[in-house]
Amino acid sequence: MTDDIRSPLHDEHVALGAALTSFAGWQMPLRYSSDIAEHQAVRTAAGLFDLSHMGELEVVGPDAARALDRALVGNLSALEPGRARYTMICAPDGGVLDDLVVYRLQPEHFLVVANASNVAVVREALTERLHGFDALLADASLATALIAVQGPLAEQVVTGLADDPQAARDLRYYASLPARVAGLDVLLARTGYTGEDGFELFVPAEHAPQLWRALLEAGTPLGMVPAGLSARDSLRLEAGMPLYGNELGTTTTPQDAGLGRVVRFDKVDDDGAPLPFVGRDALEHAEPTRRLVGLQGLGRRAARHGYPVTTTDGDQVGVVTSGAPSPTLGHPVAMAYVDLAHADEGTDLLVDVRGRGEQVRVVPLPFYRRPR
Amino acid sequence: MAAELPSNLHYTVEHEWLEDGSPSTVGITSVAADALGDIVYLELPAVGEQVTAGTVIGEIESTKSVSELFSPVTGTVAEVNQAAIDDPSLVNSDPFAAGWLLKVDVTATGPLLTADEYAAQSAG
Repeated sequence: MTDDIRSPLHDEHVALGAALTSFAGWQMPLRYSSDIAEHQAVRTAAGLFDLSHMGELEVVGPDAARALDRALVGNLSALEPGRARYTMICAPDGGVLDDLVVYRLQPEHFLVVANASNVAVVREALTERLHGFDALLADASLATALIAVQGPLAEQVVTGLADDPQAARDLRYYASLPARVAGLDVLLARTGYTGEDGFELFVPAEHAPQLWRALLEAGTPLGMVPAGLSARDSLRLEAGMPLYGNELGTTTTPQDAGLGRVVRFDKVDDDGAPLPFVGRDALEHAEPTRRLVGLQGLGRRAARHGYPVTTTDGDQVGVVTSGAPSPTLGHPVAMAYVDLAHADEGTDLLVDVRGRGEQVRVVPLPFYRRPR
Repeated sequence: MAAELPSNLHYTVEHEWLEDGSPSTVGITSVAADALGDIVYLELPAVGEQVTAGTVIGEIESTKSVSELFSPVTGTVAEVNQAAIDDPSLVNSDPFAAGWLLKVDVTATGPLLTADEYAAQSAG
């Protein structure tokens, strides 16, 4: 804990009475008061998250798009400036090194947002893969704070502080724009990891406390609360969103995770030939034998990460990647890798919950979809 | 946090508390409840069940994690706290009183700590 990096918002968290936890080398808020209250606030009003542990890597130069097309599985040269895309960086064997959100800020300027636990891996892989291209990589992770406002009232909170409220309101999902919020220059993005509408604000670390306090002050009367990593995890689980280290890893492919759509085999080079991105050969020939499924718990005891999934006869056919009692739905939910023969919706299975089988049923993901 | 530990109770290294008397009341400490976060489900032994000191007799589940409940004593379960089963948040809000878990007719106790000893070990 003592070696952990402190967020630029550390003092704010301490003042708010947060329980802090060690996460990927950072000391971050686990919860401020109640996991469930924070979770419900995001579903019904808004939550304010410190995500400063996330990694921000900037790729800049005339070849930036071409280089990223080869380094990542997505088609970044097709991404319009001002838009963002969910993508992955894979190893040559097709395993996932990290899942990423890539923002194209300018035609020759990309912001790659990586998981805290993988920043070094992604930085090293990108450095190697950018070699020979006219593009430079800069790691802005420590200089950049990231604050998220998520929930149905997030738009009201953010637009109330924006110099150009209409532009903030009109910002589309998976788009970003430079903006002034609470008098501070930020990159305002309409992205998130909760299953709700919301914004993520990238801001220089030194301005983070001022922005945090302004957002908190504006949002509190509307029912917004600061929310910790515990709520973030239960929110993303309900929304069926993968977490690196649980659903994704170097031994899983994007297809295993049901995210084959992010792998763009239709990418071509300048001559119209298939573009050789890292992992392409392996992923083209991958034949998934298992699928990431949703499991609805029929009992009370929740499946948790690592628990075996079995048939009703007790034969192991999978493993749980994430699980918890769902605060929104009131019953346990889990995601699990299950052999294809047992992965069809409606299949009844068991999870070995500390030595005792708990009944679960394969259900579609996500568990929760926000009302529109 | 240590200041909140009632000095009249006995404690275990597994974060249970035990009140003297017959039957004797058992619960989990504020340290354990705070570490778990919002408790959503309690699995407790049935009335009449025999329990043995140091063995697992139940589970306490929160959104974030799950913890096993170890019996601090050997004996027979005389009563379970139905109010806490119905509303497990009582264990978070009032772990040393309304959030009690069991009453046990005790025949023997396991290793117990004083409030000061427990505070010292749970701080370390």
